[in-house]
Amino acid sequence: MTATATRQQPRKQVHLAAHFPGVNNHTVWSDPQAGSQIAFSSFAHLARTAERGRFDFFFLAEGLRVREHHGRLHELDVAGRPNTTAVLAALASVTDRIGLAGTLSTTFNEPYELARQIASLDHLSGGRAAWNAVTSPDAFTGANFRRGGYLDPSLRYSRAREFALTVRELWDSWAADDLVGDRGTGRFLRRGEAGSFAHAGDQFDIAGRFAVPPSPQRHPVVLQAGDSEGGREFAAAAADVAFTRHSGFEDGQAYYVDVKRRLARYGRAPEDLKILPGATFALGDTEAEAQELAAHVRRQQVSPATAILLLELVWNRDLSGYDPDGPLPQVDPDLSGEPTVLRGRVGPTDPAATARKWRALAEERQLSIRDLVIEVTGRQSFIGTPAHVAAEIDRYVQNDAADGFILVPHLIPGGLDPFVDQVIPLLQERGVFRAEYTSDTLRGHLGLGPARPATAWAAASAHPPRDRTDAPAATATDSP
Amino acid sequence: MSHLAVALDPFGWHPAAWRRSTFDPTAGLRADHWVRLARQAQSGLLDFVTFEDAPGLQSSRYEAVDTRTDQVRGRLDAVLVAARLAPLTQGLGLVPTASTTFAEPFHVSTAIATLDFVSDGRAGWRPQVHGRAEDARLFGLRSLPPWSPSALTPETQAVIRSLFAEAQDVVEVVRWLWDSWEDDAVIRDPGTGRFLDRDRLHHVDFTGEYFSVKGPSITPRPPQGQPPVIALAHARVPYEFAARSADVVLVTPADTEDAARIVAEVRAAEADVGRSLPPLLVFADLLTFLDTDSGTAEARRAELDELDGQPLSSDAAIRATTATQLAEELEAWERTGIAGFRLRPGEVAVDLSRITDQLVPLLQSRGTFRRSYTGSTLREQLGLTRPANRYVVLGGAARTPSPRPGQTPEDPS
Repeated sequence: MTATATRQQPRKQVHLAAHFPGVNNHTVWSDPQAGSQIAFSSFAHLARTAERGRFDFFFLAEGLRVREHHGRLHELDVAGRPNTTAVLAALASVTDRIGLAGTLSTTFNEPYELARQIASLDHLSGGRAAWNAVTSPDAFTGANFRRGGYLDPSLRYSRAREFALTVRELWDSWAADDLVGDRGTGRFLRRGEAGSFAHAGDQFDIAGRFAVPPSPQRHPVVLQAGDSEGGREFAAAAADVAFTRHSGFEDGQAYYVDVKRRLARYGRAPEDLKILPGATFALGDTEAEAQELAAHVRRQQVSPATAILLLELVWNRDLSGYDPDGPLPQVDPDLSGEPTVLRGRVGPTDPAATARKWRALAEERQLSIRDLVIEVTGRQSFIGTPAHVAAEIDRYVQNDAADGFILVPHLIPGGLDPFVDQVIPLLQERGVFRAEYTSDTLRGHLGLGPARPATAWAAASAHPPRDRTDAPAATATDSP
Repeated sequence: MSHLAVALDPFGWHPAAWRRSTFDPTAGLRADHWVRLARQAQSGLLDFVTFEDAPGLQSSRYEAVDTRTDQVRGRLDAVLVAARLAPLTQGLGLVPTASTTFAEPFHVSTAIATLDFVSDGRAGWRPQVHGRAEDARLFGLRSLPPWSPSALTPETQAVIRSLFAEAQDVVEVVRWLWDSWEDDAVIRDPGTGRFLDRDRLHHVDFTGEYFSVKGPSITPRPPQGQPPVIALAHARVPYEFAARSADVVLVTPADTEDAARIVAEVRAAEADVGRSLPPLLVFADLLTFLDTDSGTAEARRAELDELDGQPLSSDAAIRATTATQLAEELEAWERTGIAGFRLRPGEVAVDLSRITDQLVPLLQSRGTFRRSYTGSTLREQLGLTRPANRYVVLGGAARTPSPRPGQTPEDPS
């Protein structure tokens, strides 16, 4: 399986994260084993399972508005989620070593408050905090916030990059030795200006003294989950981990080489940014069993009602009158306006092309609407026996299609258990995954060096970001 | 039966407490330290502990950040500290401060609801106005005029009124967001393929002078329905804020007579604003140093004053005394209508355990304090029932939060 990997070099280590299943149809709620979406025990179970498997980190997505379908609340998918940082702080009490990563929007938060919360989480977890920086330009979500309204898409990565830089400046606002705490002399601070900062930029003009002394990682890990040109450049300029959609082998390699080559521009080495695609899996004792399970899960994920909904997402029309077990509609997609069918979820980039492709496939293979949707949306990334899946993951990593994966189980809370029980030992046997944690911090798990100062990030990032508005956005909603 | 809470501070409420303590100077940044304090409080069967917070750095002056180097500076986000403690405590209510001036109301509502989920119903929220001009510069979104509580002008009084009016809107929208999912909104109906019943979720459609929020919340209704809102108040404007918005008001009487006067003023504020919730539980704050004789307690306080270079001052009454004398005073205050107390330990290393190990057994022997946790939620400890969902009560007729007096209703349909 590893014919293309070089035998002489030490084998690249695989990095793994566990994604709490998101509020979309990939999360199966109709299964008898599906538990609560909101009870703390569900979060604790997944985080502990991932820690038992020696994963790098637990990952939480965020969506700040309940999704709507034709202007009414969307009923088909799981919904309801906790406040990101609050549940991660609680998870720090029921885990010891695993990293705790949360998604927080750069649009509906302010740098001061976000830096304060993530630094607090880093203290409270003993150096295990990470922030997934996403942009959310839509007025739909903005209606829940003071800031309100709409952020010009052309500004979203300008804001995100300045946001991330400002957060790093805040994390650097205390010198390492500012907190003295000498009882004898009564000197708590070395200097009366500890924590002073001032940032004046296009997006943020703030100054004062930061409330949180340096945290164990100093700079908690920063993730980025955007896929556009602007998102890729943001990853290279500002992030430690890129969470991508490219879980295929060839497109994974293409993304990997594209983003890694951008790092030099910012004075960074290839190993300074880990690329972790989101991935799903279906395991079986035999190849056939795994395929059977995969097909079963796909049917659970695409209920008859969901099949119509996912078709509407491309067609941008009300298709509720169509039979999910019947043929595709004769009408073409409505390309005339903004996508309005399902708000709060990312739609296709080019609906006309997607519709043509789907129609051709349905005609060729005589597929019903539901069978087509099952076929064309969200197939599991890794299907097979544990040995096959372990070998595949290793092959991807050794051949630079990824540095590892962010695994998204389809079931809460037990969906990751089979992977940890069956695949992790095989990755450990192959010598590509840790048998025990060797570090106390998430930076350590990821093999990231000491935090680079904000001044170095700023200097390397001095040229203006290139935003484009034509590529799909990273949003505060669930990723891959 | 009286209620007892403690305002936790990593070292204590005397600014020099860190210098006499054996705690690590970074204790306030360490989860294990907070866990020890919370478990100590829990051992005394306290109703709840509060966690101080503010956007900016601590200061010896209200109006601005100072440059002192001899006092504790730096702290963690209070909601996250409380959430960190939740899985490791039982029975004890956890009440963090969150700002009504700078925090997003939507984030506050999900944060406190989440604290309620991770603690199985032990969350509360202390909403606090933060009016320091320097704090506004940390966010850069609004400006506040510099002002001092000791020199209020008509202009600064108008600013204060406006900050409390905004605070009232924040609490109002947070409460509607907590109710924006009915308890049975998740139906998991395989027949129709529906996870949710959309008729049991509600847009809150709040529009006020300071912000608007569409809703519904992303977080389902918390276990308590409405986690208790606990507000500290020292004057008429905040009394009215508490009367409109809170379940518990923390007040700062100087003595028994003052306690009676304040209780009367709180009741008058309730009548003036037409309070619809059950009457406020009035808790009195006291800053305490407890020793086996009052001379020792006074000497300890004096030693700390000496270290700090000035006498301790506080908005709350300060008592350096014995547990017996304090218990007697608390009982006298209770006869004026005070329902409970929030004690601020002068030195946590000494005074927290004096509260849990000396004061609490005394109150128990007098039959005025619980001998075990009787309820599992904070509302139950406080004798509050789990409220019906506002949307269920209103039925389909009114889906819009009631506007503040003087405010134009938006789409009352």
